[in-house]
Amino acid sequence: MAYMHIGKNFVPPDVNGKVTGRIKYAEDYSREGMVYARLLTSPIPHARVVNIDASEALAMDGVFGVLTADDVYPDGEPQGTGLKVLTNEPTLVGEPILAVAAIDEKTAETAITKITVTFERLPFVLDPLDSLAEGGADAYTGGNTYVFRQGFAEEKWSQDQVASFRAGNEPTAEPQQTFAYGDLDAALAASAFVYEGTFTTAGYPHQSMEPRSAMAYWENGKLYLHGTSQSLSALADGMASIVGVPQEDFVFINEATGGGFGQRARANSIPSMAIPAKMSQKINRPVMMRITRDEETAIGGARQGFQGWIKVGFKADGTMAAADLYIVSDNGGKGGGGDAYSAADGISVLYQTEAVRFRGTSIGSNTGHRGAQRGPGQNQIAAIISPILDKAAEELGVDRMKIREINTPQTGDVGGAQRQPFTSAYMPEAFKIASEKFNYAERITRSRQRNGSKVTGIGIGQGYHNAGRSGMDGIVRLTADGRLKVHNGVGNLGTYSYASTSRAAAEVLQMPWERVDVVTGRTDRNLPITSPQDGSNSIFTNTRTNYGAAMDLLGKMKEIAAMELGGDAADYDIGDERVFKSSDKNAGMTFAQIAQKGIELGGKFTGESDLPEELNDFTKISVTRLAGDSLMGIFHDPKHNDNPPGFTVTFTEIEMDVETGKYDIVDMVTVGDCGTVVHPQGLKNQLVGGAVWGIGLAGYERHLYDPQNGLPASTGYWQSKIPTMMDTPAKIQTGWVDLPDPENPVGARGIGEPAMGAVAAAVASAISDSLDGHLFNSAPVTADMIINHVAGVTSDAVPLAQNNFRG
Amino acid sequence: MVATSHDVMLDIELYQPTDEANALALAGSLGKDGWLLGGGQDTYGWLKDRNKTASAMIELTQVDAWKGIKETSDGIEIGAVTTLTEIAKNPLIKDKFALLATAASKVASPQIRNVGTLAGNLAQDARCWYYRRGLDCYRAGGNLCYADSPEGLNREHAIFGASRCVAVTPSDTAPALVALDATMVVSSEKGQRLVPAQDFFVGPAVNITSMTSLKEGEILTAVRIPNTWANAEFYFEKVADRNVWDFALVSIAAAMKVSNGVIQDASIACGAVECVPRRLGDVENALRGQQRSEQLADQVAQIASRGAEPLNYNHFKIPLVENLVKRAVRG
Repeated sequence: MAYMHIGKNFVPPDVNGKVTGRIKYAEDYSREGMVYARLLTSPIPHARVVNIDASEALAMDGVFGVLTADDVYPDGEPQGTGLKVLTNEPTLVGEPILAVAAIDEKTAETAITKITVTFERLPFVLDPLDSLAEGGADAYTGGNTYVFRQGFAEEKWSQDQVASFRAGNEPTAEPQQTFAYGDLDAALAASAFVYEGTFTTAGYPHQSMEPRSAMAYWENGKLYLHGTSQSLSALADGMASIVGVPQEDFVFINEATGGGFGQRARANSIPSMAIPAKMSQKINRPVMMRITRDEETAIGGARQGFQGWIKVGFKADGTMAAADLYIVSDNGGKGGGGDAYSAADGISVLYQTEAVRFRGTSIGSNTGHRGAQRGPGQNQIAAIISPILDKAAEELGVDRMKIREINTPQTGDVGGAQRQPFTSAYMPEAFKIASEKFNYAERITRSRQRNGSKVTGIGIGQGYHNAGRSGMDGIVRLTADGRLKVHNGVGNLGTYSYASTSRAAAEVLQMPWERVDVVTGRTDRNLPITSPQDGSNSIFTNTRTNYGAAMDLLGKMKEIAAMELGGDAADYDIGDERVFKSSDKNAGMTFAQIAQKGIELGGKFTGESDLPEELNDFTKISVTRLAGDSLMGIFHDPKHNDNPPGFTVTFTEIEMDVETGKYDIVDMVTVGDCGTVVHPQGLKNQLVGGAVWGIGLAGYERHLYDPQNGLPASTGYWQSKIPTMMDTPAKIQTGWVDLPDPENPVGARGIGEPAMGAVAAAVASAISDSLDGHLFNSAPVTADMIINHVAGVTSDAVPLAQNNFRG
Repeated sequence: MVATSHDVMLDIELYQPTDEANALALAGSLGKDGWLLGGGQDTYGWLKDRNKTASAMIELTQVDAWKGIKETSDGIEIGAVTTLTEIAKNPLIKDKFALLATAASKVASPQIRNVGTLAGNLAQDARCWYYRRGLDCYRAGGNLCYADSPEGLNREHAIFGASRCVAVTPSDTAPALVALDATMVVSSEKGQRLVPAQDFFVGPAVNITSMTSLKEGEILTAVRIPNTWANAEFYFEKVADRNVWDFALVSIAAAMKVSNGVIQDASIACGAVECVPRRLGDVENALRGQQRSEQLADQVAQIASRGAEPLNYNHFKIPLVENLVKRAVRG
């Protein structure tokens, strides 16, 4: 299909500001009379605040106030997992206890040193298995796990059960969560090769470039909050509730966001932004609260780590017959996510496994707050399963690409725990494109070739994430000057999704891009509710809403033309910013004339009546405010059918130096299957950015906490070991299938998360290949682990350790 | 109790002397209260975290006499506040002492090398994360070592020469200068003293609160490299988790004089295995007069790791040291 905008590169409106540095992040704003808040955070991994004496600080010149959990939660703190705004019951080092507002940051920091907080120390634990073991400490007050709608609970295994698991055996305890389909025993019995073993994946922080700083002030009863988010409207919806202000009186301002990766999607993942809001309310001054890198590490979210056991069976032809997983996932200090379930679900989807059993238990540790991080679950397991596939291929004498191809999902297949059909799946095409770009047939012959201390490793990986949602709303407007306004609540994360999804509306109306204004940046510009820009869903979800709203607008435009020029709406067509009779192009009206007429008519044309019944409350507020001054298209997206997947395939070649444990990524090709490509440059950015993350997961990043005192050791950008440009390939080749998905009006599905998983899998696969197929069963695999393996050093480190080195 | 996260420095008196005498006078008069500032890449972390404080700071980078690289009758002299980028790119150093140029080019990142000075790289404090976090360890004046404990996170720490503290020398240029038999020019109001590079660095058994032999009022003002190893065969390698912006897990700096395949003389030092650059004297002795070969490399590699006492998480440093020695001998 020939599109005017879809599939074409364009310059998103924020690019110039980002290139020149003029675009504003929350920290860049100021307000007359603004004062500065700084945080006193917990130095103890698990404690109870017994007393706070801030009298000396409050007596200092330039100090305006102190905000504590008692101010925020006058009726007591919510008893559940999840980050709180401030707390008297810290469960990780770095959790905010109180804030001090002062004339400048230095004064605020000095004031903090004058505050005496008396803590009652409570037992802490850093490794979920240590907590599970009978007699082990619990991360939370009231238990080591949280049961939905029931509260905290204590989950314990016998010491023997934990020791057996650490020794490499299948856990025998009852899991908290399960799913299963197929006849597992039969599938294993029919397998020609069965692999069984334990594995570990590390948790690690999101480390978004922009810390979650925020500035707030109150004016005429309204709260204005400058903050950071993945999606303005989705976040504002919840943040108003956290602060305790009616949605109508809350303005969230967020022109640009420096990274979210899952932890700025919803208000409850970033409640700290309520601190300046509450402080401002208390002291009646604008309050800026800058967050340090250390603080961002503590409360900015982290991936869940896994301590797992896996058993995978393959038939003689390489078909993955069975996958049996038992995963203990690290919920960290504030509760976690559903990574383990998604890991098993991901295997089911990617390898079309005939029988799957998942068992999972989530246990807290007094470490960083856990929550969704780019491909939560699917991406950790991708780095574990890929080398196992290679092992199976080797044992069965099947080519390493072939074993993936024969298991790969395609249109018509179902996958996952819910056995849901895919809206479409073009993985075979992705394999073809990627393998040809990589020249796999020739490259695979270099596998394990040695040149001095260097050994070539070839790796293949696949990534998956469910990449589409529905139930959201769209608002577009045609103003009296004939310009199209696309109201978009998707945040400006650097993905350009806010702009690229808006192009679906421009496409419907055949509107030149320079005649389109994307209305975003602050909620008082009246935005529709959008899905949080997480779960790789934006391109699918918000092209649907914008397309739907534009179609509503188009219908109204044709209706107006018919009213003015005669005939039925169906008799009209559009082009060159005109609505005209299909039979006589000269009989028509300009878009501006149509808009003017619509405004004159009012009612349903201007959003004053006949709103879609299912429209979300958040959107209704926006529509009500906008009603009357433009011709409006309004749309509520009903539920879509089936599972719109995002898929990726990556091939890589590494050169491993077996004497240093270091490897160079010589080449990398990563190809996406995300339906029709809406914005090629944006897609390329996603694939390359995801690749860097995948390299980090496979080889670098991990949480480290000192077992003696619970302090985090991997905090800033140096200690977090995020890969640098010198650790990643100079060029990462990208590609895409570009075939339409029938469940989306422009054919698009998401890609962000699988872009990482496939690369993590490919790098892990290549590392293993370069070491004669050795399975580390670990992510990351770091240089010291490789050196130890090559040298035959048997470390005395604790097996399956979490938040620690692997040894 | 460890301090909460800080991000703002306290007020500090800043002195910016432009001549040598003034700078030395300030260092003398301010004594331990005068924080010596080079490029600031070690300094600001301490001060912003408020884990160390200073009432006054003496910025040394405006003293022209302590900058630049010049040829002397017996080698070269490098001003101590010369930046690492200048050293890495200097034609004279690259021509005669490429070992140092390579080492300097491996420090941190281009941005840090552009402002970081040679003196700062040599005299930087321990990077043990417990110490940097502000814990009251031996090095910080306390009475225990958190890294050298049954549960300590000590992957990056020492396998040699521990004495209460197990921190390692973090400097990339230090092993190169030790291998090159450099001399440190240490100045004060009282005059100059010349200190062999090997003696400039001190372990915890000598002084647990300082990694150098600098005393109050003293400033490292220049580094002299004799022609002893000029144009020798050099080998420098730094193995770190990341290829940029990281400290060595282990590094090696080697200078060898080889004639007709026979190693006439060798000088080798390792970084990040001990609190000081570890001169591999036994390896050097074993190499002298020997025909260079893979077998020789294997033999001396084992000598290099003799006496190593790994901690919980740094056993890998033993094969890594051995491998780096092999690579240095192979050339």
